[in-house]
Amino acid sequence: MPAMTMVQAINNALREEMRRDDRVIVLGEDVGRNGGVFRCTEGLLDEFPERVFDTPLAEGGIIGTAIGMALYGLRPVPEIQFMDFIYPAFDQIVSEAAKMRYRSGGQFTVPMTIRTPFGGGIRGGHYHSQSSEAYFCHTPGLKVVVPSTPKEAKGLLTASIRDPDPVMFLEPKKLYRSSREEVPEGEVLVPLGEAAVRRPGKDVSLIAYGYMAQVCLEAATKAAAKGVEAEVIDLRTLVPLDEPTLLASVKKTGRAVVVYEAPRTAGFGAEISAILAEKAIEYLRGPIVRVTGFDTPFPYALEDVYLPNSDRVLAAIDKVMTF
Amino acid sequence: MVDALHIIRDDGSTDPRLDPELSEEDAVRLYRGMSLQRILDNRMLALQRQGRIGFYGPSLGQEAAIVGAAMAMEPEDWIVPQYREPGAALIRGMPLKELLCQLIGNAEDPVHGRQMPCHYVYRKGNYLSISSPVGTQIPHAVGIAWAMRLRGEPHAVLVFFGDGATSTADFHAAMNFAGVFRTPTVFLCNNNQWAISVPVARQTASATLAQKAPAYGFDGVRVDGMDALAVFRATGDAARRAREGHGPTMIEAVTYRLGPHSSSDDPSRYRDESEVALWRARDPIARYRRYLEHAGWWDDGREARLEQEIGDEITRAIQEAERAPPPAVETLFTDVYAEMPDHLRDQRDAFLAPRGR
Ligand SMILES: Cc1ncc(C[n+]2csc(CCOP(=O)(O)OP(=O)(O)O)c2C)c(N)n1
Ligand SMILES: [Mg+2]
Repeated sequence: MPAMTMVQAINNALREEMRRDDRVIVLGEDVGRNGGVFRCTEGLLDEFPERVFDTPLAEGGIIGTAIGMALYGLRPVPEIQFMDFIYPAFDQIVSEAAKMRYRSGGQFTVPMTIRTPFGGGIRGGHYHSQSSEAYFCHTPGLKVVVPSTPKEAKGLLTASIRDPDPVMFLEPKKLYRSSREEVPEGEVLVPLGEAAVRRPGKDVSLIAYGYMAQVCLEAATKAAAKGVEAEVIDLRTLVPLDEPTLLASVKKTGRAVVVYEAPRTAGFGAEISAILAEKAIEYLRGPIVRVTGFDTPFPYALEDVYLPNSDRVLAAIDKVMTF
Repeated sequence: MVDALHIIRDDGSTDPRLDPELSEEDAVRLYRGMSLQRILDNRMLALQRQGRIGFYGPSLGQEAAIVGAAMAMEPEDWIVPQYREPGAALIRGMPLKELLCQLIGNAEDPVHGRQMPCHYVYRKGNYLSISSPVGTQIPHAVGIAWAMRLRGEPHAVLVFFGDGATSTADFHAAMNFAGVFRTPTVFLCNNNQWAISVPVARQTASATLAQKAPAYGFDGVRVDGMDALAVFRATGDAARRAREGHGPTMIEAVTYRLGPHSSSDDPSRYRDESEVALWRARDPIARYRRYLEHAGWWDDGREARLEQEIGDEITRAIQEAERAPPPAVETLFTDVYAEMPDHLRDQRDAFLAPRGR
């Protein structure tokens, strides 16, 4: 089994799905000759010259035409070069892709997977770092998926491409090349809507996704040195959310720290906190604590201040452990 | 090679019907601006490779199309950049040190290291703040120009954007508004043939970019973007018409991105060196130098002195900028709003408190 980075695993998933299903189309800026600015589509143009397209620089055009392809029965996998540049396509995603099934009574559907790198940690400043998953989680009709390991990136992307509904597949840039993992050739499927318990523990639940899942694992290791056993829940799919796994963990530990790198106000972790307050409050020993980005634009020089790190998570663990 | 307005001939003489007849002082100033941009780019790319700045996007090959256009504007006019136009900010008087501090992102950067390198701003020179999302600035330029008309002030706006940007919805909305409201906007499209790895033929099936303007009800002109006098002339004419109430013009400066898209890009993955060589032979700075020499305003001695002078200026700016400390943590929280709201103040205080300040 080859050891792959997340970039290679995504490339492998795309390649295998394109081989398996000739309805799968890749389109976007620089995805052809250049293989994508992060190289996720490297080599695909050579193997599938008629199904990989460098497009004009217009995100609304990329997503709008991908919706059209999906309506006609294809399985487009458009790439938005950075999630920060998705907004010209926002209308197409939230007004069109998300609502097509509902507004047509199921007569028309949009089986499309929008891949886009997101999140901080690469010194990208305001416009190459944002985590805007909350806008999309707030839009009924969209599924939202965030991998955090190479193998699961392959499995989740494959499941997303095969899903009958539009999926936002958000790739944490910070994890693109940060580690390698054995990724099997051939079919790997990780079903959408299932969270993973990354590390079991009985004292506190750390709930995160993407790069922050890794930060939580680091924090859990540090906490263990202090005798605190933290359980790390990696949500993997934000919509639909795996509530049973989430609730089982918090009911067991009685303490919850929710971590996300997006700005604090109305971030997806606020929804997690609300669910825990509604459905598990009688099990909680203390307040649900959030560790998040600040309510500021994403900075450049002070990126390390902005991004939650294991020390900030540890401070939150210390706080909830006082209850 | 290019069917477009050009003025400087191969031997350095000019087309007398079109020569803007610059004074020696202005002619040399334009040359200095282009040379500064070129030398700066090479120095900054080197600095990036040494890890002293995090990122850089050079404008190699586009000096005439950037500095020539900026020079044609009056100080009261506004300039709205895409991101590849530091040469225009410097012509407007932006101090080199300020630019260097932005590239480093330190405490003396006017925007406190908030933005990636190459996202400088210069209010004093009516030079707008830069955003990475391509095309977003073009409607702003139309709105600024519209406001000038609404206030009855006879100024114009120069907006820079690339060939790639002509595919954005914002470009088309901006062109349409400019046509409908006859705003004093000069649309300067730097058609450098590439948008990262995507060639201009993938942006449009139109024969030229300039031909989009007539569809919006105003003129589009194609100029040889490797000819600083042609760019200067076309921009100056368009700006004059705009100030006199005759509405917008689009200029397509046909040029070439001789370098990488940015320090993160490797153009050998997608284009042939032979194509680059063809355009390098039309280097806008060498061409303009022949014009200066033909006019009797330039020689090897002046060239050597200029290079030395610019090199020293840049070295000084780097040294001064590298002495500045990183931005203060507090600056993360300021300027989000005019007045810091309580929730943000709480976040700031909570973050700073355990650090014992
Ligand atoms: C809306 C948007 N989509 C994608 C990008 C990524 N990107 C940055 S520059 C660029 C190419 C721009 O090409 P062009 O407008 O021709 O300008 P040039 O870089 O050639 O000067 C792309 C695709 C972006 N910054 N903004
Ligand atoms: Mg271009």
